[in-house]
Amino acid sequence: MAMTGVLRPGHAQVRVLDLEESVRFYRDVLGLVETGRDATGRVYFKCWDERDHSSYVIRQADSAGLDFFGWRVLDTATLDKLDADLQAYGIKTERIPAGEMLETGERVRFTLPSGHVMELYAEKSKVGNGIPLVNPAPWSKARDHGIAPIRLDHALLYGPNVAEVQKIFTEVLGFYLVERVLTPDGNGNAAIWLSCGQKVHDIAFAEYPEPGKLHHCSFLMESWDQVLRAGDIMSMNTVAVDIGPTRHGVTRGCTIYAWDPSGNRFETFFGGHLPYPDYETMTWTFDNFGQGLDYPQRKLHETFLSVVS
Amino acid sequence: MPHTVRIEDTGVSYACAPRESLLEGLHRLGLRGIPVGCRGGGCGVCKIEVLAGEFHTRAMSRDHVSDDDVAHQRLLACRVYPSSDLSLKVIGKLQTKVCTPLAIR
Repeated sequence: MAMTGVLRPGHAQVRVLDLEESVRFYRDVLGLVETGRDATGRVYFKCWDERDHSSYVIRQADSAGLDFFGWRVLDTATLDKLDADLQAYGIKTERIPAGEMLETGERVRFTLPSGHVMELYAEKSKVGNGIPLVNPAPWSKARDHGIAPIRLDHALLYGPNVAEVQKIFTEVLGFYLVERVLTPDGNGNAAIWLSCGQKVHDIAFAEYPEPGKLHHCSFLMESWDQVLRAGDIMSMNTVAVDIGPTRHGVTRGCTIYAWDPSGNRFETFFGGHLPYPDYETMTWTFDNFGQGLDYPQRKLHETFLSVVS
Repeated sequence: MPHTVRIEDTGVSYACAPRESLLEGLHRLGLRGIPVGCRGGGCGVCKIEVLAGEFHTRAMSRDHVSDDDVAHQRLLACRVYPSSDLSLKVIGKLQTKVCTPLAIR
């Protein structure tokens, strides 16, 4: 597959209630690498194996939740084209100047009908993963600090108008629908999993009355063993764990859901099948949602449906 | 020394140490189905009203706790720590779980 258009999840900016407590959590427990702080007080992180300057940014606020989710696109010509395509589709866009986020180029910002703020950008400084590009070692010492996921993998967002959101991602941004859960009456989608490449999902949405809610940001682990190790580290640090370790039926991914110190859920995720854009969408009926969420336990955990930030 | 926290809705009391949030103590009661959410003051499912007693708090999301709530001691149990014996009322999403008999849950 030739990757063009939107390449990958680039960054998430998340609100926290106590900045320094959260810095300690994300740096020393989750094991992200702190890469900078800006004049507005935001703290920037990346996963150890990511090459771009930042993928996860936190900001002190009086509520938890997601400020915006950003997508890395191929180049500036792609950025301009997608901006024009969004406007032609009827979506208002806004340009955020280069440098507003550290080491990040100009961003195109727009709001989805679900109330979530999305961004596209083409440039972010490549700071590397600490491993040379010539004769690279497979990992560095950073892999052993905390949970140490290798990348920001995806997010699940809760809000209204998921059918309209799906159209924007599939008709304008080049994503395709990998899996879905039907509404109880079978006539619509309660939740959708969308991919822009060959990952099982790059973003997911679930229908929810309140707009703009964060269900979780997900971080990729290298193995099931690393997911279990993440669970050990969560317990050693009395992290509030939601679900897992277990395996999702939807995506087939292995998972632990847990919360940061401000109640923003995150996931340590491994695996998942590898779809192509021509694959047919896989469908789960609502009465099997429990299996889709937690395949071994077949349990639709109440917190999955009701606890968001 | 743990303090005694009384849930006025049900008459149930439990011990809660000053370093322990009211939610941690409540959860230890083992009532089935209590929606213990994020435990970080962000999600808002564990809302209670403190009727009497001294306490201290940590930051909680203002999406779920307004100025009026603060004035009336309507707070998130995961961020409230007892400084004396307390009595509280369960409100919001938590109420139906704590106050509904097991048989009809």
